Amino acid sequence: MSYTPIYALQRTSAPVTVDEEKCIAHKGCTVCVDVCPMDLLAIDMAKGKAYMQYDECWYCMPCEQDCPTGAVKVEIPYLLR
Amino acid sequence: MQTHELEYDVVVVGGGTAGPMAAVKAKEKNPALRVLLIDKANVKRSGAISMGMDGLNNAVIPGHATPEQYTKEITVANDGIVNQKTLMAYASNSFAMIEELDRWGVKFEKDETGDYAVRKVHHLGTYVLPMPEGHHMKKILYRQLKRTRVEVTNRVICTRLLTDAQGKVAGVMGFDCRTADFYVIRAKTVILCCGAAGRLGLPASGYLMGTYENPTNAGDGYAMAYHAGAELANLECFQINPLIKDYNGPACAYVTGPLGGYTANGKGDRFIECDYWSGQMMWEFYKELQSGNGPVFLKLDHLAEETIQTIETILHTNERPSRGRFHAGRNTNYREQMIEMHISEVGFCSGHSASGVYINERAETSVQGLYAAGDMASMPHGYMLGAFTYGWFAGANAAEYAASRAMPAADAAQVAAEKARVYAPLNYQGGLPPAQVEYKLRRMVNDYLQPPKVTRKMEIGLTRFDEIRADIEQISAQNPHELMRAMEVSLIRDCAEMAARASLFRTESRWGLYHYRVDHPERNDADWFCHTHLKKDENGAMSSFKKPVEPYLLALDEDEKTAYQRLRIVKDKELASA
Repeated sequence: MSYTPIYALQRTSAPVTVDEEKCIAHKGCTVCVDVCPMDLLAIDMAKGKAYMQYDECWYCMPCEQDCPTGAVKVEIPYLLR
Repeated sequence: MQTHELEYDVVVVGGGTAGPMAAVKAKEKNPALRVLLIDKANVKRSGAISMGMDGLNNAVIPGHATPEQYTKEITVANDGIVNQKTLMAYASNSFAMIEELDRWGVKFEKDETGDYAVRKVHHLGTYVLPMPEGHHMKKILYRQLKRTRVEVTNRVICTRLLTDAQGKVAGVMGFDCRTADFYVIRAKTVILCCGAAGRLGLPASGYLMGTYENPTNAGDGYAMAYHAGAELANLECFQINPLIKDYNGPACAYVTGPLGGYTANGKGDRFIECDYWSGQMMWEFYKELQSGNGPVFLKLDHLAEETIQTIETILHTNERPSRGRFHAGRNTNYREQMIEMHISEVGFCSGHSASGVYINERAETSVQGLYAAGDMASMPHGYMLGAFTYGWFAGANAAEYAASRAMPAADAAQVAAEKARVYAPLNYQGGLPPAQVEYKLRRMVNDYLQPPKVTRKMEIGLTRFDEIRADIEQISAQNPHELMRAMEVSLIRDCAEMAARASLFRTESRWGLYHYRVDHPERNDADWFCHTHLKKDENGAMSSFKKPVEPYLLALDEDEKTAYQRLRIVKDKELASA
């Protein structure tokens, strides 16, 4: 018998959030995904909206600043807040 | 997953500050060259200045300062261990760089006569030139890349350099962090502009990416240069900076100092004469932090409302614009209270201290055909303008070199070995997640390498870093993004080992806090007035050796020599004369 390795989850609250009413990813926009230095954002293909996929944020703000519709909000990660 | 085989005359790795400048200058020198700028992020928003910069910290402007004066000041600020030729090349050419940036549309602060409005922050001279609208910096660089038709590849992380049979650089290898496609790029010359090793220590907050440096700057350039056989200089002269506690961004004295702000202790008293970042200043900062007068604060609450508004506008819109949000969340207001400060995690960065891949005044490394510029290259205290100026040297000199060389072949064995190394975590099931290994590695950097440095602790650190080498072989990556993080853990481990070995080699204390060794507490000029270099030797081992300090171009007088050792404010007159 051998033991099967498993991955236990540790939830974290994402510092970058998106107003889905304003987000125009469904029209092909990927600006926030393009400008994130850490490559943390992605488009949810089913919803056609941007979201933060990885919690490795430098709270640097290009995603918020460059979003054409003001749909992205950067908060200071909880551990630093 | 595909393999892409490309070839270029000049490949620039890193699209932050020095990189775009190097690529533009290579093209300007010879528009016929095929020049590729490659970045692990997107050059539109990559590197230390992704959001902009609020000023030049080292502008040598005629009428305000001379190249000789600046060269002497940095010689003293770096405890004498400098190649004055590289400093002088910077100091005498950087004004031409400022004028060019001005023509490109960078807005520097000017007085009513149109002269640059330079401010004094350093201990001796006047070199700080504000750029209150510096948030346009990356856009301005991008426009120049388009104008000169530099080719750009984004989201490809370079992991190793290719070398030929004579040890000359022959290209670079890497992979796409979204598709995991492998890249083999042959090149006549490569310019590394990969920024600082900013993910060496773990920030006190414990948040892995809450670093002082942009965390994309993990030390990639240091590791690539090392594995290609290049020499690295004075790595034990760590980067440690005074920052806003928890937020971990600069306080920032270069902006607030000229407007009347200063660093104060818990009693609200000034304790250092000069806020310019040096090892000696950090030593005083550290002592105050640990003392009964601690902690340390940024004091602005004595300033007029309009001055505070100016400071807020600059600090909350340029380099780290989320800072206003941090203060709002903490209910801290510059008008009402002092802002608590702390010291950063340790790193390598010549842009702020002097730990870098060795370069000469032509931006050449010790590997033929390999150039380096910016935070990772050994010209001390370079900051942004040093990155631009040496990026220019690297681009122009690499263009010349490329014209004289045939396209080298890619060594099949090197390609096969790197491909196997890179893909291993994707092929491994059930292994360790990269983030966990990174956390433990960087926590151990804090435990064993953070000054005050202790010999026995650093030796234990080396043992642990060696064990983590085995952990790295157990890492599994579930997608290309995690693969990027896995490869970064490996290069951070290389940097940690370099940091430990370089620190153990220099058995004296120098550069204030940066290399304070508790068991060798004195500066020892008789044995250690020299550079220390580190390289991979013939047996593949990390070896350290001494290099004499190049003959000075400018002699220092006795008073200048000790200027940075007299930063602490001594209130008691008798104590001062005792």
